[in-house]
Amino acid sequence: MTINHATAAEKFNKDFDRTTWHDETLWWVRQKRDRAAFSIPEWEKLRDTASQIKHNVLSNLDTYLVEFEKNAQKNGITVHWAADAHEHNEIILSILKKQGVTQIVKSKSMLTEECHLNPYLAENGVEVVDTDLGERIVQLADEPPSHIVLPCIHWKKEEIGVLFHKHLGTPEGCADPTLLTHAARENLREKFLTRRVAITGVNFAVAETGEFVVCTNEGNADMGAHLADVHIACMGIEKIIPQRAHLGVFLRLLARSATGQPITTYSSHFAKPRAGQEMHLVLVDNGRTTQLGREEFRNSLKCIRCGACMNTCPVYRRSGGHSYHNAVAGPIGSILAPNLDMTKNADLPFASTLCGSCSNVCPVKINIHEQLYEWRQVLTKSGHSPTAKTLGMKAMAAVLSNPSVYRLSGKMGRLALANVPFVVNNSLNPWYKQREMPEPPKESFGEWYKKNRG
Amino acid sequence: MSREKILAAVAKNKPTSTPLPQIQNFGNQYADLAEQFRSVLTTIGGEVVRVKDWEEIRTYIQTHFVGFRIITTISELSDMAQNSWLQSDPHSLNNVGLAVLQGQFAVAENGSMWVTEAEMGQRAAPFIAESLALVVKSSEIVPKMHDAYARIGSADYGFGAFIAGPSKTADIEQSLVLGAHGPKSMVAFLID
Repeated sequence: MTINHATAAEKFNKDFDRTTWHDETLWWVRQKRDRAAFSIPEWEKLRDTASQIKHNVLSNLDTYLVEFEKNAQKNGITVHWAADAHEHNEIILSILKKQGVTQIVKSKSMLTEECHLNPYLAENGVEVVDTDLGERIVQLADEPPSHIVLPCIHWKKEEIGVLFHKHLGTPEGCADPTLLTHAARENLREKFLTRRVAITGVNFAVAETGEFVVCTNEGNADMGAHLADVHIACMGIEKIIPQRAHLGVFLRLLARSATGQPITTYSSHFAKPRAGQEMHLVLVDNGRTTQLGREEFRNSLKCIRCGACMNTCPVYRRSGGHSYHNAVAGPIGSILAPNLDMTKNADLPFASTLCGSCSNVCPVKINIHEQLYEWRQVLTKSGHSPTAKTLGMKAMAAVLSNPSVYRLSGKMGRLALANVPFVVNNSLNPWYKQREMPEPPKESFGEWYKKNRG
Repeated sequence: MSREKILAAVAKNKPTSTPLPQIQNFGNQYADLAEQFRSVLTTIGGEVVRVKDWEEIRTYIQTHFVGFRIITTISELSDMAQNSWLQSDPHSLNNVGLAVLQGQFAVAENGSMWVTEAEMGQRAAPFIAESLALVVKSSEIVPKMHDAYARIGSADYGFGAFIAGPSKTADIEQSLVLGAHGPKSMVAFLID
């Protein structure tokens, strides 16, 4: 049973200092994003252009997918199609079985998180080593990433020191980021040199050329892919872009939006397998075509996974990625998750203040906060909204639709606040948490009007 | 099976077609491309050394990389490196101290350089080496990524990468550490 966002967030907030630290760290990343964006005079025009390219992609996705497949095959890449997470996992396992391989390296891929590939492969006797440092840290701790770009943003360096002491034999009490990083480097270098199959994600796939682009700072995707006999790249079908020239737009936006860097250290363009290498690419639907058919929500498929909406979100920053119980957390994850499972993820669109900051920073101009609002309507109408909220809303609707009930409850509310405040100022009233109830007015406007003008 | 199912679902659910936007070039806001490139690459952990000729690069390498195993694909520097590495198993490059490679061109706005498999010799070379040196002509700096892709055009390559600085990570409490998995340092030689 998944615990809902509000409950998980409450648990996260028990440690006040840590919550503040988490909040401030992410806000600092958001500020770096601002500085990078403001240094580009045409930033807004770039966002518009990116959004329009992605809209064209969504409206011609079948044509582009076929074009991409044809060109990728011409380049010597084997293309697979997976309708859902299970088929994606089966395809990968079958490639590994054919190779007789039980140990592999994997660089960052949120899609494989979405498909729960690691546990599936583990059940089938395959050991997966995540090679992105942040992902390796959470993997050693047996946790999922809490952020799509900064997987262990919720971990403190002292805790990582303890983890590495246990797993990598670093000196006890060592919490120096450089020493810890280089210990992981040594450990993972051995894995790169000995694993014959490497899995990577895909940031962009170009229909016109059949190539795909993978962006990293660490170089872990490249170390894996260029040393392995077999490279398997996994992507959601929405990662297609029409032309190579469009990369110029997206690569200008991606890293600046994500971390405030002008570009990631490596933007690697994989067009053909190297001599003697096998290259596979798995195209995954897993609910994306359904989302494409939901008019109010299809724009969420424009997402390039930069994480800017998380870094800016006041709710994400103070509740942590794990409280979203979904591979992609934060505002964009809260739009994507109900598409995958409305019952399990009905709480997520409510984990927002609807302040709109996410939409303001989104590099492809997804109307994130409007879609969160739309999901609330859809979930409530279809009976998926949280019970307490539904009951409260029903009571309010009854009060507001009947003038005499409305007047009476106003009077009772004012009387209660003035004379017996503990009736509302208690832990049963979620509004009262972290707030004082307002000073009640002596009379309502209706009463005042009757007395003075009536 | 799934292929047809996915394509049919897309065809059924996709919105009405909208046209592709024109990609503008946005011009060049940088007065001095080399200076802009130097300033950005230095900020992200790289080093930029301006040189007049190959002799200066040679001297720099001899001074800074004493005792390192050096590999290169650049004919002017071939005597500094081993010749046999191009055909060898890429895993054997694990002990390379310095890879010296040519970049086709550099990008001023983000400090990156475009390198393809042809210049890499082996795809693993720029990633597995302890240090990376890229040589780019100072006349070959374009302002922005739009110019970069205009320049790449429809070039046919098996693998190509924009490389901007040494390998790095900030996964531990957002502290920048150079040398995550790839080179711990990177120098760009801008040759006149």
